[in-house]
Amino acid sequence: MVGAGVVGAACAYYAARAGLAVAVVDRGPVAGGTTGAGEGNLLVSDKEPGPELDLALLSTRLWRELAEDLGEAVEYEPKGGVVVASTAAGHEALRAFAAGQRAVGVIAEEVPGERLRELEPHLAPGLAGGFHYPQDAQVQPALAAAHLLRAARRMGAELITGETVTAVDLGPDGAVRGVRTDRRRLAAPAVVNAAGTWGGELAALAGVHLPVMPRRGFVLVTEPLPRVVRHKVYAADYVANVASGSAGLETSAVIEGTPGGPVLIGASRERVGFDRTLSQEVLRRLAGQAAELFPVLADVTVLRAYRGFRPYLPDHLPAIGADPRVPGLHHACGHEGAGIGLAPATGLLIAEQLTGKQPELDLGPFRADRFPVVGTA
Amino acid sequence: MPTSPSDPSSFGPPADASSGPLADPLFDPLFDLAVIGAGPAGLAAAVTAADLGLRCVLLDGGQGTGGQYYRHPAPGLGAARPDRLHHHWSAYTGLADRLAAHERAGRAAFRGGHQVWALERTGDGFAAHVTRGPESTDRATVRSRSVLLATGAYERQLPFPGWTLPGVVTAGGAQAMLKAGLVLPGRRIVVAGSGPLLLAAASSLVTAGAEVPAVVEATAYLGYARRPGVLAGVPGKLVEGAGHGGALLRHGVRLRPRSAVVEAHGTDRVTGVTVARLDARWRPLPGTERRIDCDALAVGHGLLPQIDLATELGARTRTGPDGAVALAVDARLRTSVPGLWSAGETNGVGGADLALAEGELAAYAVAGALPEAGTLRRRSRLRAFAELMAAAHRPGPGWTGWLRPDTDVCRCEEVPVAAIREAVDDLGAGDPRTVKLLTRAGMGWCQGRMCGPAVACLAGSAPGSASGGPGPDRRPLGCPVPLSQLAAGPSPESPAS
Repeated sequence: MVGAGVVGAACAYYAARAGLAVAVVDRGPVAGGTTGAGEGNLLVSDKEPGPELDLALLSTRLWRELAEDLGEAVEYEPKGGVVVASTAAGHEALRAFAAGQRAVGVIAEEVPGERLRELEPHLAPGLAGGFHYPQDAQVQPALAAAHLLRAARRMGAELITGETVTAVDLGPDGAVRGVRTDRRRLAAPAVVNAAGTWGGELAALAGVHLPVMPRRGFVLVTEPLPRVVRHKVYAADYVANVASGSAGLETSAVIEGTPGGPVLIGASRERVGFDRTLSQEVLRRLAGQAAELFPVLADVTVLRAYRGFRPYLPDHLPAIGADPRVPGLHHACGHEGAGIGLAPATGLLIAEQLTGKQPELDLGPFRADRFPVVGTA
Repeated sequence: MPTSPSDPSSFGPPADASSGPLADPLFDPLFDLAVIGAGPAGLAAAVTAADLGLRCVLLDGGQGTGGQYYRHPAPGLGAARPDRLHHHWSAYTGLADRLAAHERAGRAAFRGGHQVWALERTGDGFAAHVTRGPESTDRATVRSRSVLLATGAYERQLPFPGWTLPGVVTAGGAQAMLKAGLVLPGRRIVVAGSGPLLLAAASSLVTAGAEVPAVVEATAYLGYARRPGVLAGVPGKLVEGAGHGGALLRHGVRLRPRSAVVEAHGTDRVTGVTVARLDARWRPLPGTERRIDCDALAVGHGLLPQIDLATELGARTRTGPDGAVALAVDARLRTSVPGLWSAGETNGVGGADLALAEGELAAYAVAGALPEAGTLRRRSRLRAFAELMAAAHRPGPGWTGWLRPDTDVCRCEEVPVAAIREAVDDLGAGDPRTVKLLTRAGMGWCQGRMCGPAVACLAGSAPGSASGGPGPDRRPLGCPVPLSQLAAGPSPESPAS
């Protein structure tokens, strides 16, 4: 497993549980990339019917199972999501979206505007209405990765951090034989690319094209507060932004409390490469939208901000499963902003494939060779 | 403007610029130079830059100039002689007078109560984003072609059992209480830790009437003696040291080298400390413990450069001989970020004289003028001395030997030693950032400024170290900012507002 983020951790966990001998290698620490910069969203609410929602529904079930052992340690909270619309037209669009989701097993309860404050007492008055998604949940992502890895290590997996994979070894038949790091050679008949935003580079080491690119996001963290936000609350335009192909800055309020007290305020999306520059415009929009949704937040203090880079593929679906171009090479990357949520399903499907079982979901839509080689995007 | 040090009210914020007849030149929203921090380095830089014809704005989070070093009593306390608490008070009043003259002439502006929380590179230079006023009531944006960072340093703290008890203050905090409020943290005060600040603090405390039963210094002070050539180059430092030593001798203060406070005792407040001898690696030696009664403890382990605004812009850093991460600057005090300069403690802690020299030199460099050769020589002597001091007082790795599993390391989030060791031993954290993500250590109000060095040691890596540390902390927000001010967005600068 190349990558000690939450996806690599979940792959290691399910593979070790299936009895495989596993090593996880990462050039940085555990949860050092996108995982450590995430909010920990386990969402079904923002996904339209299709392969990603299928993954999310499977993950929802798996997270619930994982939580029986790890729940407290990873701060698992099945708190539910609330999506709100400010206009009647927006509410109508949510209604149509929810109808499609219900057909495939998502629980979505319509909430009229006047009853929103029963769910969220501090919401701004005058919102047209919303939907309540009780399946949405949250974990603390770095803890999730670390505890999945600890569990994997207890089942025999080895964790190697601070070593960079410099080559993927291929045999004369073109099949994977392992990887080399700057310090050692790891022999293995299967290599799983869980390298997140760097997944494209790892694929290139194996000689294949996988156009994973970064999409920058900022999160604001407030001072510790009493529980003023109970669910994961976001505005209806978030769904449109998640699916958008625009390179420009998009922001939509995603607001939630944490067990530690601080409120997290996301989410922004920009395609600016790996530029880490703090954007005043992002701060202005995130803060403004948060105060619009929860006026009480206007008076709180923001202690810090952090940024991360979501690994995305051109069609916004991850790459999961065996790469038909290189026997033994598997991918588990490109989950964009949904990696924490989709990690267990990804790990389980990878483990099923590695052990020769029929994966419980069709991996066809996630094939890594679905992108034609046409220079750089 | 009155200039006597006996009238501290003269150092408050300047009168409203819009009412002055000569304020017009400052209405240009783009300054030549913004100096951030009005301590010795920033004051010297602003005054020199204005001398050289640059239109300059000096920003500081405090209401008046002087910074931590030239801290002086708030107006209204009726302090007759703030100079008694300061060496070289005349250096400060001289700079303050020159700044006042430049302000009257419209060449420079001092903006007190301006806490810069982010620096942004813009097409024509920089925008400094500011939260303003003692209550952070509103926001300002100060635009300039160049920026000189003179944000100084903050205290390095190493935790020990009992360090969160009331009555335990930092060595710098004790001095600040004395300088700004003319109050003592207790009547019988143990001074402990490592570094030259201890002697200065103890000397101030006894002079102000406190009893100091012991100054507990972790090193042997041998580091200085190994390089006599460097010491000979800065006789002023010897005189200063001798001054502190004399005051301590006169008051019968006992200096305990190679020792540390390994525990503070008390329930509601500190009532005593346990002092133990240390080996060369700062490991406490069993059997050497002795108890000293006291009602306050002032403890400090030197200073750490305050460089968040620059590292957030990607400025290159270096790790000094004291293990502290400082900005890397060239001979003209330029950082690796074009247009961003740095003077004083931000380049490695070295004291007020060095800060004054670097402030002056940086201003010359920004103006493209040649500095005096004497200042250049003085700076390089003082910088060499600073490196020597830094090496002498670098904390030894054995200090973690006085921790207990339940000792809080991060006091904001109440994270004990045991939680950090679990993150390192069981969860795979090998660096401070991962420890923070897994334990919340450093996520509270101080954003890891207090626990950062201790967490780095416990994680087995110091920031920026060759052992693969993740580099300096990066804090997009230099200080907490009200959400409403983030929502308001940057504004065009208007001195009249």
